[in-house]
Amino acid sequence: MFSSYQEGILILLGINILLGWSVYLPMTTGQASIGNAGFMAIGAYVSSLLTLNFGWALLPAILVGGIIASAVGFLLGIPALRLKGIYLVMATLAFGEMVRNIFLNWELFGGAYGLRGMKGTTLPLVYVFVFLALIALIIMSRSRLRLTLDSIFDDEMVSEISGTDIVRVKVGVFGAGALLAGIAGALFAHYMRFIEPGSFTPLLSIFMLLYVILGGMRSHWGVILGAAVFTLVPELSRGLKDYRGVFMGGLIIALMIFRPKGIITRDMFRMLFYLPGKNQ
Amino acid sequence: MIVEQIINALQIGSTYAVIAIAFTLLIGILNLLNFAVGEIFMLGSFFALTFLALGLPFWLSFLLAVLLSGVVSLIIYYFSFDLLKGAPELIPLVSTLGFSILLQNAAGLIWGTERQPFPESISSQIIHVGPIVISPAQIVIFGIALLLMIILDQFIQKTRIGRGMRAVSENPETANILGINSKLVIIVTFFASGILAGASGILFSISYFTVEPLVGFHAGIKAIAAMIVGGLGNVRGAIAGGILIGFIEVMSIQYLGSEYREIAVYALIFATLVVMPQGIMGVVQQEKGRV
Repeated sequence: MFSSYQEGILILLGINILLGWSVYLPMTTGQASIGNAGFMAIGAYVSSLLTLNFGWALLPAILVGGIIASAVGFLLGIPALRLKGIYLVMATLAFGEMVRNIFLNWELFGGAYGLRGMKGTTLPLVYVFVFLALIALIIMSRSRLRLTLDSIFDDEMVSEISGTDIVRVKVGVFGAGALLAGIAGALFAHYMRFIEPGSFTPLLSIFMLLYVILGGMRSHWGVILGAAVFTLVPELSRGLKDYRGVFMGGLIIALMIFRPKGIITRDMFRMLFYLPGKNQ
Repeated sequence: MIVEQIINALQIGSTYAVIAIAFTLLIGILNLLNFAVGEIFMLGSFFALTFLALGLPFWLSFLLAVLLSGVVSLIIYYFSFDLLKGAPELIPLVSTLGFSILLQNAAGLIWGTERQPFPESISSQIIHVGPIVISPAQIVIFGIALLLMIILDQFIQKTRIGRGMRAVSENPETANILGINSKLVIIVTFFASGILAGASGILFSISYFTVEPLVGFHAGIKAIAAMIVGGLGNVRGAIAGGILIGFIEVMSIQYLGSEYREIAVYALIFATLVVMPQGIMGVVQQEKGRV
C-alpha cells in the first residue's frame, strides 16, 4: 500500500502524535514540560532491554516500558508541582538531561554506544496506540475531568478553593503524559532498531512542545496537526541541506509572531461548528 | 592539591556565574527565560576568535565581541519580546528556543560545526605565588568575572536606569505610571544580558582553549542549574549558584570521575527542588523575583 519511505514517515508521524499528546496532557493544567524526551528514553531503553536480553514479546515490553516511564513521571510530578511556568520548564529540562546522562553512563544499557537489534514496530501497531490514546482523550474531553482541567488552567487558586484536589489532578496528567511518552519511546526504539543517549536530546522535547503550541495548546486534534507539520516540514525541506536548521529556527520565530495561538484553536472549532463558547 | 582544585573551581564557577546572571537579569526583570542566552555565549566566543584571527589585541577583541553579543541580544529582544507583547509567557520562551536553533545552525554554517582551537591569548603558564600555583589566565578570568559582577551590581543599585530595572521588576505598569521609560529599561536589560553572556563565553574559551557551536547549549543548562540552586531571578543567587556548580564539577571530576560530572549537577538541581525550592538565597518564590 505504501512505499517503505512513506511507511517510515507515517510511523514517525504516529510516534510524534503520541509524543505531542504526552506534552499536551500536562499542558491541560498549564504545566509546560521540555523534559519528555527523558520519559521517552526510559520507555525506549526499558522495552529494548526486555526484548533484547530477556526475550520478551514486543507488546508486553512496550507496556512495561510505558508503565515504568509513567511511574517516574508520577515521582517527578510531586516535586515539580511546586513549580510553575518557566521554573517548571527549567526543572523538566534538567530532568530530561539527567535521564540522558544516566543512560550514557550505565553499562547495562550500552553506555554511549546504545542498544541495537530491536525490531517489530509496524504501522498498524503504532496506530493502534494512537487510536487508543485518541479514544481516551476524547472521553476525557467530554467528561467532568475536562472542566476540572480547564479550571486549573484558567486559575489554579480559584480551582483549589472550589474544592479541586489539584495535586492529584496535576500529578495524574503528568504521569499519564509520561506513559504516552514511554510507549512512544518503546515504539521508536523498535522502529529505529538502534538507540543511543544522543537519540533523546532536549531538541526532541522542544519539538514535542512545539507540536502542542502550534496545535493551539487546548485541543488534542491540534496536536495531530502540529505533529504532522513538524514531521513533514523537515522531510520536505531536505533540499535546503545545511540551511535546514536555520530555516526551522526561523520558522519557529515567525510562527510565534504570526500564529501565537496555534493553527487550530478551540475558538476556531466553535466558529466552524457553531458550538456554544465558554464565555457566552 | 586542594588549593589548586579550589582555584580551578573558582575559575570555572565564576564563568558560570556570569552567564547565570545573563539569564537572571531577564528572568528577574522581565520574567522571560531566554534560551538563546546560551547561543550568545557561544557567539561571543566565536566573535572573539574572529577578531583575534584578524590580529587585533586581546582587550580590543574582547570589547568588540562583547558589544556584538549585546547587539545580538537586542535582535532577540525585537523578535522574541517586543513583537510578542501580550502573548502568554510560553510564547516568547518558545520564540527564544527558535533563536537558539537558528543561531546554533548559523554558527555552524559560518564557522563550521567542528570543535575549533581558541588561541592562547593569555599565558596559561603556571606561576608560583608562595605555596599556590596559579596561571595568569586564571587571574584574568576571575578578575574579569569579578569586575563584571561589581559593575552590574553598582549599575543596578546606583544609576537611574538601574533603579528603573528594579521598579520594572516589581511592577511594570506602576513603573510606567511613575514616569520610568520602561521600554528603555528593557532594552538596556537585554543589552546587558547579551554583554554578560558573550563575555562569559570568551572566558570559557580561554579556560578550555576550544569553541564549537554546541557549547552554548551545555553552558545554558549549567547556568539554569546555577540559577535553580542559587535562587531564581536573583543576581546574588546566580553568583552563589554559579560558583557552587563550579565546585561540584571540579570536585566530582576529582573524586568521582569525569563521567559523574553532569549527573552530580543534575542531582543537585533535584535535591534543591525537593528540599529547598527557593534556592540558597531563599528570596524568590513562584512569582517574579527581585533583581
